[in-house]
Amino acid sequence: MGYEPQKDFGTPASRSSDMVTLTIDGRDVTVPAGTSVMRAAAEAGGEIPKLCATDNVKAFGSCRLCLVEVEGMRGTPASCTTPVMPGMKVKTQTPKLDKLRRGVMELYISDHPLDCLTCSANNDCELQDQAANVGLRDVRYGYEGANHLGKAKDESNPYFAFDSSKCIVCSRCVRACDEVQGTFALTVDGRGFASVISAGQKEDNFLGSECVSCGACVQACPTAALNEKSVIEIGKPERSVLTTCAYCGVGCTFRAEMRGEQLVRMIPNKDGKANHGHSCVKGRFAWGYANHADRILKPMIREKIDQPWREVSWDEAIGFAAAKIQAIKAESGPRALGGITSSRCTNEETFLVQKLIRAGFGANNVDTCARVCHSPTGFGLSNAFGTSAGTQDFDSVEDVDVFIVIGANPTDAHPVFGSRMKQRLRQGAKMIVIDPRKIDLVKSAHIQADHHLPLQPGTNVAVLTSLAHVIVTEGLADEAFIRERCDWDEYQDWARFVSDAKHSPEFLEPVTKVPAQTVREAARLYATGGNGAIYYGLGVTEHSQGSSTVMAIANLAMCTGNIGRRGVGVNPLRGQNNVQGACDMGSFPHELSGYRHISNADARALFEADWGVTLDAEPGLRIPNMLDAALDGSFRAIYIQGEDILQSDPDTHHVAAGLAAMDCVIVHDLFLNETANYAHVFLPGSTFLEKDGTFTNAERRIQPVQQVMEPANGYADWQITQMLANAIGCDWNYGHPSEILAEIARLTPTFSGVTWERVVSGEPLQWPVNEKAPQGSPIMHVDGFVRGKGKFMVTEYVPTDERTGPRFPLLLTTGRILSQYNVGAQTRRTGNQVWHDEDILEMHPTDAENRGLKTGDFARLASRSGETTLRVLVTEKVAPGVVYTTFHHPSTQANVVTTDNSDWATNCPEYKVTAVQVTPSNGPSEWQTEYADLTAMARRIETMEPAE
Amino acid sequence: MSNSVLAAIIAEHAGREGPLLPILHDVQAEFGCVSPEAEAQIAAALNLSRAEVHGVVSFYHDYTPTAEGRPVVQVCRAEACKARGVESLMPSAMAAAGDRVKLHTVYCLGLCATGPNARVGDRLHSRLDAPALAKIIENA
Repeated sequence: MGYEPQKDFGTPASRSSDMVTLTIDGRDVTVPAGTSVMRAAAEAGGEIPKLCATDNVKAFGSCRLCLVEVEGMRGTPASCTTPVMPGMKVKTQTPKLDKLRRGVMELYISDHPLDCLTCSANNDCELQDQAANVGLRDVRYGYEGANHLGKAKDESNPYFAFDSSKCIVCSRCVRACDEVQGTFALTVDGRGFASVISAGQKEDNFLGSECVSCGACVQACPTAALNEKSVIEIGKPERSVLTTCAYCGVGCTFRAEMRGEQLVRMIPNKDGKANHGHSCVKGRFAWGYANHADRILKPMIREKIDQPWREVSWDEAIGFAAAKIQAIKAESGPRALGGITSSRCTNEETFLVQKLIRAGFGANNVDTCARVCHSPTGFGLSNAFGTSAGTQDFDSVEDVDVFIVIGANPTDAHPVFGSRMKQRLRQGAKMIVIDPRKIDLVKSAHIQADHHLPLQPGTNVAVLTSLAHVIVTEGLADEAFIRERCDWDEYQDWARFVSDAKHSPEFLEPVTKVPAQTVREAARLYATGGNGAIYYGLGVTEHSQGSSTVMAIANLAMCTGNIGRRGVGVNPLRGQNNVQGACDMGSFPHELSGYRHISNADARALFEADWGVTLDAEPGLRIPNMLDAALDGSFRAIYIQGEDILQSDPDTHHVAAGLAAMDCVIVHDLFLNETANYAHVFLPGSTFLEKDGTFTNAERRIQPVQQVMEPANGYADWQITQMLANAIGCDWNYGHPSEILAEIARLTPTFSGVTWERVVSGEPLQWPVNEKAPQGSPIMHVDGFVRGKGKFMVTEYVPTDERTGPRFPLLLTTGRILSQYNVGAQTRRTGNQVWHDEDILEMHPTDAENRGLKTGDFARLASRSGETTLRVLVTEKVAPGVVYTTFHHPSTQANVVTTDNSDWATNCPEYKVTAVQVTPSNGPSEWQTEYADLTAMARRIETMEPAE
Repeated sequence: MSNSVLAAIIAEHAGREGPLLPILHDVQAEFGCVSPEAEAQIAAALNLSRAEVHGVVSFYHDYTPTAEGRPVVQVCRAEACKARGVESLMPSAMAAAGDRVKLHTVYCLGLCATGPNARVGDRLHSRLDAPALAKIIENA
């Protein structure tokens, strides 16, 4: 498609179902009641001149350019603020309007630089367009008077510049920041002629302000006042390609705007079902890693990990890897082989990797990073409801009356959805936050949670059971729903269990540290406040009782009837762009695609017939088991696509030892990541910009990923997996990911209606998409649970083995920050470093004072597993006794400290609770020094002799 | 760091609808200005952004970012007072003020029928002539 910005209708769409007919310039137009005259004209194909209106913020009526004449109405009302009325007769173009508009435009231009030809917005500027539209030919005032042309530029933000001299103070940026993003970081400073747009307070610039760099203001700006630096540098894009963001599980779709093979900017897609035209700093701006100098573009091999890397041809690298795999298979059998699929890669690539392992290697030793994040979600929700995914679409948020957010920090980790939650909260929805930290949803601009339950890390089950206790014992359960939808006997068992006095908030208060009264009020609010929706994240799953917590959440939703319609439900906020897809595609050792157990002979037969192989009927090893088995010598080779287990998985020492014990570690990644320090083969990966495929977001929506540039490494990831497969004797001939998608649809009942054509046409496809639901399933369990009757499960609180004591008196919990993403492989190689270039330890003032620590001091963070050092931030965001950090930076390696405790059902590691001690320090820990040396050694690449 | 006097002012207005302007009035009266630090503290207390509070403060001329050390005399020089001759009083007023008093031009004090008008603190002075205005300035 050529470069054509998406149409701007001027004001938001009305949700009314009543239709109104009016006449605009002699033509009848029918639109929903509440639509503005401006939007009605736009929907009819017309265009009323405008500057201060844009369709993702409310009408403002300040620019006076969109004036119209309405029969029987006095004066010339602004069409943006005038709603349609039945029978209204509107004229958008008359001599009187022409004159008025030209006069307004003349004033704007008298205080605007006339440097259009050298302006970065040349030909992509609404001011320019409107000057042309109104026929401005002359500015009678001249340009000599007072003006704003000498204003300094603010270039502090790494991604966009603010040039006040080009600003027309239409307030679109301010309103986008307020209404869309909900940060309220911008304002109009001063009044009248002195008005200027200001980020934060007088002395702030964009970087120093509250701005979170989501880009909404830049997108809203009609001139070059706020412009992407990449556009300033490169120029106007000439074409755009629809694709899906490769960061978090929200799944924002973007138009990748290109000039040749150069990506100029990513513009959030207004038709994106998850993002509706909004974005965050990562998806919008942090794609520079694709061209970063650190990217490895040539395959490399080495016999031993203490040798330097040797750059070789693709043939040699694939041959080397295949020979090792086959030798190990011959010596130790297929079960000595395994692999890890990537939640960052496409569904098609993930499907191929698990196919390679099951059909090519001949073992079920395949796992994925969901092991360490949402495996308890899969387990808990499939047991309770029958499907291992969230129950809602994101749009359901518009009908929520009471939120429970537990163990999630959406404004940092799922920012675009966080903004939508904040929009709903500003409309009056209630909020209950269950989190050890005072996250932004507890308190920030225009946000104040109704109840914050600052629980002790590790006591989720106790808190949720006490909420259920209140609901059941106070008679707030929805008996009609339970009788109709759930197993009544199981409910009664469960109700007896939660009603026990030892599950009362009062009894549990000493354990959870949450005041009983707060628990009672929160429970009553959730049970009686209308539509109640639970959103949760890894603060739920990454515990020794992760699966129990998910079940406890499901219990709460079922007992209050909050399942099966808009505005309610149980919603895991998934961390990675395609973690839902990776799980769907059969990445777990015990499951084929579509969550069919490997022991299920019928399911196996389907695959065996299609693939022409015999599959092992025994579930394979999970990641931690692979590492254990490596240490005892029974597991010898691993193919890891797009995951850095050394940095992301818990207990780094154990991961390092396991990897070091293997005979063949194949790392397929963009960068020499930490895991690659232990690798024998490095296969350079491709970015999401360099390949076709699909991602499935947290609302089960299957969305397109489309190639915008040639893979810098030579091949898309699916092609590399295919080369490796064919080198070990498979006979694969996929020519395009659409053929892999067709195979997935053929073999997976929940995907049977999915085709590449439907995906790229932008059809909203939320699985299941099959004969029963040809258009997909935005909301699950509408007429009944997928499993039949909803299952209540008793969730006994079992304290984690990880306890504080005299040596380790504090509890460490970990999480993410807005500007960085996971292990930071991508975001650390972008301008995002400016916000967060090291991991910081958050600590309560009391704990800090007891240890003589101040903000900025270096501290040693030690647990039973290991220790590291990092800087301290003293803050009341964390409760006394709790410390918090992120795991984005390999120089810190927060996971040296975390333990190998894990969820009882799924082995999901207990990242969120580690007993630690913090003491002042003046240098890096022993491990940090040793590891820095090891990394330097392991990353050596042999310099090539020049060819003869 | 949070200021306890400011915190007390904010607390006085807790719970009332639209507390920002009354708080800013009291802060301006107490400290003679609304400093950037005060803006930030008020923002945090009211669940507003710093930018929003700054937007309001910068909109009104009566809120100033730094305190004026000198006495301030506001002289109205809007249309009605101009018609009643305020401009002819200005040279002597300026001489009387010198560097000791800040003469602050305002546009309308709401007493158009009785101009020229001036204001010192909360006290309004009407029907001024040159000696009367000079005296007010000297006493300021």
